[in-house]
Amino acid sequence: MAASDYDVAVVGGGLVGVATAWGLAREGCRVVVLDEGDRAVRASRGNFALVWVQSKGLGLPEYAGWTIRSSNAWGGFAQTLKEETGLDVSFQRPGGFHLALSDRELEARANILKRLHNQPGIVDYKTEIMDHAQVARMLPDIGPEVVGGSFCPIDGHVNSLRLFRTLHTAIKARGVTYLPSHRVEKITKEGGEFRLATEHGEIRAGKVALAAGNANMRLAPMVGLEAPMRPERGQIVVTERLRPFLNHPVVTLRQTDEGTVMIGDSKEESVDPAGLTIGVSATEAERAVRQFPLLSNVNVVRTWSAIRVMTQDGFPIYDESETHPGAFTVCCHSGVTLAANHALTVAPMIARGALDISLVAPFSARRFHVQAAG
Amino acid sequence: MFKRLAEAGASVAITVDGKQVAARAGDTVAAALIAAGIAHCRTTPVSGAPRAPYCLMGVCFECLVTIDGVGSRQGCLVPVRDGMAVETQTGKREAGR
Repeated sequence: MAASDYDVAVVGGGLVGVATAWGLAREGCRVVVLDEGDRAVRASRGNFALVWVQSKGLGLPEYAGWTIRSSNAWGGFAQTLKEETGLDVSFQRPGGFHLALSDRELEARANILKRLHNQPGIVDYKTEIMDHAQVARMLPDIGPEVVGGSFCPIDGHVNSLRLFRTLHTAIKARGVTYLPSHRVEKITKEGGEFRLATEHGEIRAGKVALAAGNANMRLAPMVGLEAPMRPERGQIVVTERLRPFLNHPVVTLRQTDEGTVMIGDSKEESVDPAGLTIGVSATEAERAVRQFPLLSNVNVVRTWSAIRVMTQDGFPIYDESETHPGAFTVCCHSGVTLAANHALTVAPMIARGALDISLVAPFSARRFHVQAAG
Repeated sequence: MFKRLAEAGASVAITVDGKQVAARAGDTVAAALIAAGIAHCRTTPVSGAPRAPYCLMGVCFECLVTIDGVGSRQGCLVPVRDGMAVETQTGKREAGR
C-alpha cells in the first residue's frame, strides 16, 4: 500500500486511540494507528477500569453531561463490540460508591457534591449521600468504621484489559492498519496531506487524530495545537480471585468479573512508572480492610504503578487545529469512561472533518488562555 | 507412589475435610496430604481443574488449602500441628475465610 493511502492517521494505540480508530473505520475511513513499541508507557494497561460519573464536572459542568452521555452509550457500545469480536468486556452499571471512614470525610464528600450540583447548567445525576445503614443494605460486608458514602446509580465498570484487547481485535477486523514501533517524531502538512515521520518511514494521511495520551503535549504543537498535561502516578493492589461478594464498584475498590479485587486510587506527582512505594500500597490496603474487613487475610497477588494521562485541569481536550485544518486532538484522562464517546461521537466528527461545537466547544484547549479576572 | 522414610517422626493428628489423617512431626501440610494419598488439594478458580502440591518449596502456589479456617495458605510452607484442621478448596476462595 502506498504511504499516502490513509484518510486518517491516529497517533496512539491506547484506549483513546483504538476507540477513535474503530469509530473512524465504522464511518468508512481508511485508518492507520501509529503506536510506540513495547517500551511505551502504557496507561491503558494500568488503569482501574471504572466507567465513572460521580464527581465529574466540578469546575466544568459540561464535563458531567459529556461523561453521562458516554455512560449511557456504554451498554450499546459493549454490545456492538461483542457482536463484532465475540469478546465480552463485562460492562456492568450497577451504580457505584464513594465510602467515608469518618464524619469529616463524609462531610467533605457531601460538600463536593453540593458544589458540583449548584453549578449552573449541571445535569443532575442523582448522587445521594447515605449513612452506614443505607450503605450496608447494598454493601453488606462494609466494616463498622464506614460512616456512610455517596451512591450514584449510573456508575459502572468493565474489564479494561479485555476492552483494550477487544478494541484491537475490532479495528483489525475492520481493516485498520496497526503499526507498532512507529513513534511519531515529526508531523508536517504539505500539499493538503499530513506527513508523519517515524523511524520506519513516513506515513501520509489526509487527517491526523492525536490520541497519544501524555505524549500529546509533545505532538500537538507540531500541528498548531496544544495539550498541556500533568502526568500523575497511581498505584494498584490486586488480590487473589475471590467468590463474588461486592455488588457495586467503589471508587477505590472493585471486584472484577474474574474475581480479583483491585484496590487503589493513589495520586502522586511522578512520571516514573517503575516506582512502587510500599507506603502507598500499604495505605491503600489498610483503608480497603477498614472498608471491607473480610479482606484482612486475603492474599495480594500483584501490585503495580502506572501513569495516569492527565490534562492540566483534568478535563478532556478536543480541538481541530486552525493553522493545520484536519489535525485533531483527542485527549483525556478517562479513556475507559469516555471510550463510547470517542468511538461513537468524536470519531464521526473527525470523519466529517468538523468538530460539533455544540458538544465539544467547552473542551477546547483555548480555555487555558482565558485571563483570570481581576 | 510415595513412601515414608523409616525414620519418620512422631505421629501428629490432623483432619482433612473433617477426616482424621495420620501425619508425622516435621511434615508440612503438603507432605502430609501426599503421604495420605490425597490426590488433589484444590480446584482452580478459572477452569476448575484439580491441583496437587508440586514444587514443595513455596514457589508454585499449587498446594493452596484452607488451614484452621484461613483460605489459600501454602500447604508446603506450614508445618503440621496436632489438631490442625485442613480443608481442600474448590474454585475461588470465599472472602473472609
